Order: sequence, then structure tokens, then C-alpha cells
Amino acid sequence: MIWLLLAGMFLVTYLPRLAPFLFAREIRLPAWVQKWLKFFPYAALGALIFPGILTAVPGRPGLAAGAGVIAAICSLFIRNITVIVVLAIAVVLLLQNLGIP
Amino acid sequence: MKRSERIRWGLSNGLPIALGYLPVAVTFGILARQSGLSVAAVTGMSAWVYAGASQFLAVKMIASGVTFSEIVLATFILNFRHFLMSTALARKLEVSKPSAAVLSYGVTDETFVVASIHANPEGLTALGFFTMALMAYLAWLSGSFAGGVFADYIPVAIVNGMGIGLYALFIALLVPSARKTWQFAIVAVISALVAWALSKLLPNLSEGWTLVAATLGVSALGIVLPGVEDRS
Repeated sequence: MIWLLLAGMFLVTYLPRLAPFLFAREIRLPAWVQKWLKFFPYAALGALIFPGILTAVPGRPGLAAGAGVIAAICSLFIRNITVIVVLAIAVVLLLQNLGIP
Repeated sequence: MKRSERIRWGLSNGLPIALGYLPVAVTFGILARQSGLSVAAVTGMSAWVYAGASQFLAVKMIASGVTFSEIVLATFILNFRHFLMSTALARKLEVSKPSAAVLSYGVTDETFVVASIHANPEGLTALGFFTMALMAYLAWLSGSFAGGVFADYIPVAIVNGMGIGLYALFIALLVPSARKTWQFAIVAVISALVAWALSKLLPNLSEGWTLVAATLGVSALGIVLPGVEDRS
């Protein structure tokens, strides 16, 4: 029975991902819509980061936010995203064990 | 661009996503096992559904005995945001329909933002995107499997702490672009505030719709903001 659920979930997650690829390129979009699309990733990033980051480490909003600020400052100097990801994880794991709220 | 360069782009951009996914996938595997799913079902869900937030929600709903049709509907609602992301990506990726059937499976919040912002100077390539998405997918799959199999042995506190990884990825993508182009910075900050306000004012709104509303609504500001030079 669980497989029936998975099949249903597969359909409703895959089709919305696929559909635009089948028709989106054939449609000519006016310049203002293209400008709008260009801002999608930045608006999405803002909403993905906040307020979600406050619950990134269960029960430790301050710790997670602090690690986020450190990641942001380091991003000014380090362009390699992998380094930032590893750094943020290291910061949280270190501070977690020092009992920082 | 040479084939090897496209693959290298995919590998170097797929790595941070894979690192971010692993701990979240392991957490999913553990929770799903604890809700009574078999290891096969846990891995199968990650393989077929491949949508983090929806999978966590589904497992929670299964545990509380909600009907399957309700779970499928909730999944659709939460994941509809990928329709927007695919729409934006499809315009940058020139691919045949069979390739699109494969590539679109790899569209997630993370692959979308990385592909949009970190594209090569020469633009986004299908092979680059495929390589990146495959790394992300394999990390999600293997992490869920490992979490399911070793649910009783994994130190949850450590895995939880690693959940910061994906947020660090988002931040590392946003900061350099926001610094270079103030219009992007304004849109991202307002979008975050709108998402936060929506989560406070309408706590029953699913996080999927919060993201859709903030993305669609606030990115429209870009239409009226002055002068972003065309580099896409």
C-alpha cells in the first residue's frame, strides 16, 4: 500500500517539474516578464534562508543564526561554496558541544 | 565549452549541495524508520519523490494516520514551487524533450538557485546541470538509505547540527550577488521579511505556498527597479 502512496507522490512532484520544460521555451515572453524571472532566484533565496534558518538546528535558533552570520561574512572573502558549507557545519558542531545557546 | 569543463562545473557545484543534503537525508531516513516505514520504502520514497520537505511532511502524516489522498494533495501543494523554478530554468537550458524528462527530475530548491546564480559565463549547460543534479540526487538517496539502515546507531545531535549546511549554501550564493547588484539584495531581504510575516500572520499556510507567494510577489519588484544589466 505504501507503494501506491509513493506512486501518487511521484506524480505530483514530477509533473510540475517537467511541465515547464515541455512548453516554457516555445512561449515568447515580453521583456518585463523576463526581468521578473531574473529576480526569481534571489527572492527564493531570501525566503529560503529566513525564517527557516532559525529552525536549522533544532531548539538552537541563536546558534543557527550565528552560524548564518559567520557564513555570510566569510562569503565576502571566500568564493568556494563548499568551503562555506563545511565551515558553517564545523562552527555549529563546535559551538553545540560548548553549550552555546 | 569543452565536455570536461561542463562536467567539472557540475562536480564543483554539485559537491556543496551533496554535502548539504547528506545530513538532512540521514535525518529523514531515521525519522521515516521511526514512523514505521521499511528501509525499502524509505529509500524508495527518496528515489521516487525526491523532495525533502514533502518527504518529512509525508512521514509525519503517515505516523498520525492521515489518508493517502490527503498526503498526496499536501505533497502537491508543498512542491508546486518547483513549477516556478522549472519555468525559469527551462528558458536557460536548451534541451530536447527526452533530456528534459531526465533533467527536470533534478530540479530542487538547491539545484535551481545554484544553476541560476552560479552558471558559467557561457551559460548553463545540460551536461553541467545533469552532473550537478546527479550528485545531489545520489547524496539524497544514499543518505536516506544510510539513515534508514543505521537509524539506531547514528548520533542525532551531530546530524542535526549539520542541518545548517544548506542554509550556508543559500547564504554563500546570495551574498556575492547581493553585493554586486543592490537590486538583488533588496529583493532578497524583502522576500525574507515577507516570508517571515506570512509565517506569522498565516501559520496555517504551507511553507510551499509561503515560498511561492514571496518569490512571485517580491521578484515582481525587479520589473520596476532600475537598471539590472542583461547578462543572463
